[in-house]
Amino acid sequence: MQTEVNTVLLRREVMVRLIKAFLSGDFLKQADGVPFDMRPKHAEVPFRCCIHKERAILRERAIAALGGSIEEDDDKTHLSEYAARALERERPDETVLTVIDTACQGCVPSRIYVTDLCQGCVARPCTTACAFGAISIKNGRSVIDGEKCKSCTKCMQVCPYSAIVKIKVPCEDACPVGAITKNGSGHAQIDVSRCLSCGACMASCPFGAVAEKSQMIDILRAIKSDKKVVAMVAPAVAGQTPASINKVASGLIKAGFDIVMEVAQGADITAKTEAKDFAERMEKGDQFMTTSCCAAYREMVKKIAPELKPYVSETETPMHYTAQLAKEKYPDCITVFIGPCVAKRKEGLQDRFVDYVMNFEEMGALFVAMSIELAQCDDYVFETQTSKQARNFALTGGVAESVKVASGGKVDIRPTCVNGLNPKVVREMMMWAKKGQCPTGNIVEVMACEGGCVAGAACLNNKKIAARNVAAYADKAEDIKPD
Amino acid sequence: MLNEGKIKVQICLGTTCFVMGASKLQDLERMLPPEWKDKVDISAQTCLGMCQNPDSGFIKAPFVKINDEMIGEASVEKVIDKLKELIVV
Repeated sequence: MQTEVNTVLLRREVMVRLIKAFLSGDFLKQADGVPFDMRPKHAEVPFRCCIHKERAILRERAIAALGGSIEEDDDKTHLSEYAARALERERPDETVLTVIDTACQGCVPSRIYVTDLCQGCVARPCTTACAFGAISIKNGRSVIDGEKCKSCTKCMQVCPYSAIVKIKVPCEDACPVGAITKNGSGHAQIDVSRCLSCGACMASCPFGAVAEKSQMIDILRAIKSDKKVVAMVAPAVAGQTPASINKVASGLIKAGFDIVMEVAQGADITAKTEAKDFAERMEKGDQFMTTSCCAAYREMVKKIAPELKPYVSETETPMHYTAQLAKEKYPDCITVFIGPCVAKRKEGLQDRFVDYVMNFEEMGALFVAMSIELAQCDDYVFETQTSKQARNFALTGGVAESVKVASGGKVDIRPTCVNGLNPKVVREMMMWAKKGQCPTGNIVEVMACEGGCVAGAACLNNKKIAARNVAAYADKAEDIKPD
Repeated sequence: MLNEGKIKVQICLGTTCFVMGASKLQDLERMLPPEWKDKVDISAQTCLGMCQNPDSGFIKAPFVKINDEMIGEASVEKVIDKLKELIVV
């Protein structure tokens, strides 16, 4: 996703202001003021029709940042009330995404459309290409009958003038499983029973109308409490800022965390466990196994493609193992996973060792709100050394490679990658399950985001630069040692 | 002009500027027209200190300093526009 577009920056500013409000000691009143502080009287109206709509949308962004559901909002509850609820709740909300109704444009429904570029040619290949008789010629131009059109795009492909286009609804187009559609009023609505929480809709909406329900206030409360709070940073963190991972970790200590662990520590366990699982399955005669660490993919198997379940490794995720290690070492501690991913928030809610999840944007907002300059932080020393392969878990191909190296050449292992989920890939994978076979390899790494976790929906850095930094950090470590 | 006639462009890659949008400015050098290469001297700084301005300086982040002029809410487009003015003159 693009990491610096206006919608993203608005989201970050709201978060910074709410963290500042929490730290001010006058949280409720300050929270109430956020939309007005961002758009004060007579301020410029940069994006919407009027200042009131801008404020109404900022209010809803703040509700999500406070962990509330916009679906349940009645428009009249004050932000101070949402802030008060955030201070009292025992547990964050179970669904992780919410649609900012007021921000949603209610895009024109997706359809095939003949533009003015149509020349009304004599050949009229569009009319013959259409198998549904949906195209006729009116006033010398092609016209599509919406009732008959099946959106097969054949006409688009044959038009010599590229005059026919598909009008997209960005969120619907980005969703790999058709979980976001329009409700009766034409606004986006998420079908929770299908949603993978991958965040593709959030990343794609040009109006910034999909938001995560943040757990930031819960985390700030944990930091303020007497309990030990452990920050568990995902491998992708190494690429997120110009500062090193060690300085980011020191920054987190400055922000109030007690201990910082690399989730790569858990990734080492995942790689070794998965290698064992793989060897056993191959011995049994299985034709392929998929990795299990991508949270959105796990949701996909559960909700959309249960037929894949027998082929998914039973191995737990790096986040799970790391949190387990933290809880064993520091009983009573509060664990906070910090990563690039929206789906991890869902996984965190289901994992008994993980208390909270914070994304990289929220981590960045925390540094801004607390005026923590990473360049001036010390180099934090992690207690445990992690392997090169574990550090590369954030890159596409990294997980499959780790399983290969952890297998130590004992089995025939042919890695292949599903680099990004989309409807076509989902259908293909369902075919593999049906046939019990994957044509391209026997260990299938699945990552919902194209490029891997460094391309997650809540990153701070450009994915190419982030990938380069992650690889450079990985190269400093030793190879994983097969058991 | 400073630096043997080169225009000095300092991009703040401090944490606040980075989080508030400077990540895109990392690409600035690559996005300049090639004929500007020997006219512009780009460097990354941590940090220019503007975010600590008492009037909630983070809102105007990211900052870029071109010669002696500080530019707030900087973007690649904004910086290129400013450089056009300076280079044409």
